[in-house]
Amino acid sequence: MSGGAGAAPPAAPAAAGPRAPAPPPPHGLSPDCRPRLLRGVRVKHDAVRGVPVLLAPERVIRLDPIGAAILEETDGARTFAEIVAALAARFDAPRDRIEGDAGRFLAALVARRMAEAP
Amino acid sequence: MTRAPDPLAARGAPPAPTPAPAPAPPLAMLAELTHRCPLACPYCSNPLELTARAGELSTLQWARIFEEAAALGVLQLHLSGGEPLARRDLEELVRAARGADLYTNLITSGIGLTERRLDALEAAGLDHAQLSLQGVDAASADEIGGYRGGYVRKRQAAAWIVQRGVPLTLNAVMHRRNLDRLEETIALAETMGARRLEVATVQFHGWAAKNRGALMPTRDQARRAGEVVAAARRRLAGRLVIDYVPADHHADYPKACMGGWGSTGLNVTPDGTVLPCHAAQSIPGLVFDNAAQRPLARIWREGAAFRAYRGDDWMQEPCRSCDRKGRDFGGCRCQAMALTGDPAATDPVCVKSPHRAALVAAAERDAHDAAATLTWRAAAS
Repeated sequence: MSGGAGAAPPAAPAAAGPRAPAPPPPHGLSPDCRPRLLRGVRVKHDAVRGVPVLLAPERVIRLDPIGAAILEETDGARTFAEIVAALAARFDAPRDRIEGDAGRFLAALVARRMAEAP
Repeated sequence: MTRAPDPLAARGAPPAPTPAPAPAPPLAMLAELTHRCPLACPYCSNPLELTARAGELSTLQWARIFEEAAALGVLQLHLSGGEPLARRDLEELVRAARGADLYTNLITSGIGLTERRLDALEAAGLDHAQLSLQGVDAASADEIGGYRGGYVRKRQAAAWIVQRGVPLTLNAVMHRRNLDRLEETIALAETMGARRLEVATVQFHGWAAKNRGALMPTRDQARRAGEVVAAARRRLAGRLVIDYVPADHHADYPKACMGGWGSTGLNVTPDGTVLPCHAAQSIPGLVFDNAAQRPLARIWREGAAFRAYRGDDWMQEPCRSCDRKGRDFGGCRCQAMALTGDPAATDPVCVKSPHRAALVAAAERDAHDAAATLTWRAAAS
């Protein structure tokens, strides 16, 4: 195997909640895009640690309950607007706040090549 | 947590020593399935003493270790080598890993991959492939790999992987001979359809330590590489993810090796020896357990080699009182051993290390060693 391997920590965990620090940047997801996880990226319940995790190439991301909920709605069939509506109903939360949180969360996954939003 | 009163303590006996708290479970396991490899890269991270085929674990032994790893908390499994495709049972091993619900990554040179094998690996549930890149053209890549025709076969392997939609990462080990072609390397990763690129500057352990004079980057190359990576990351955001391991002999602080010894990951060698990192056998006196003989969970929690540098009790000054110790964990134990003779010393890369001046002088000398020739890795029998 390669000689550059030792320096990189293997799949270091990172907290990735949907709440970004203020001021929130625009996420750029259009309401009618249909976000989905890319192949090789999947959610698993980590039974040992008791948390949901997102597994991707060389990455493990610990999901908080809101991140997990967003990904439960993200199936490639529903539009971003439908995802926001479903989450707003599920959490009885203001739609524009959900829109910002879910948009930033999914846009971060797109930027990291873990999801796409065609 | 409340505890029952200790009956011995009640009788006035000295309190029993407090057992070390159980460490957090590992996230990742690197399984070095074999040391056999068609390539002979002069920076190979395999040890100088290679394990022969006759010493390799069986399919069933690996499958059991994968189950134990998943039960322990490992989430990601990296199937590596040597060249893992040299194992004829690789497809079976991938199936066993996915059966244990591990995220399964194949780390390969691509040599030995055929469309038929790739179909079988895909059917077995392979999650991701990481392909090594020795250079941006056949002449330079095949020289480093010591294998004529390797570059062409690798490009073919990458095309098959991408055609099938299997996510592809390229791992480019960078050194003095190819760092000036980093921009071409990044462009090649785009052309090949990689989702991720690891720009990993060579680490001077094992075989690479024999090639310091031939591979040590110059300080100027290391600085420019950082700029090239930063610019490429901005330009390629959302298209190509770039992970970057800088040239640590030209850094001010050491790398956070393995994310901390015995904290995040473990390596299993072809014969089942369990290591805290791939170079740990270069530290004299460490005692390693074998996963074919002892449960992996016990090795992780209680194994002497894992406990040796876990946490920070082992640290000396200047690490012990340093506010960075939770970030870089004192750096690399194997590098401390190799360059200072003391595996508990501060990594000599650190500006606070008394050995720093000698490390910098040696790096400068090796980076300008125009006469040095390459020593290729030996073949495993």
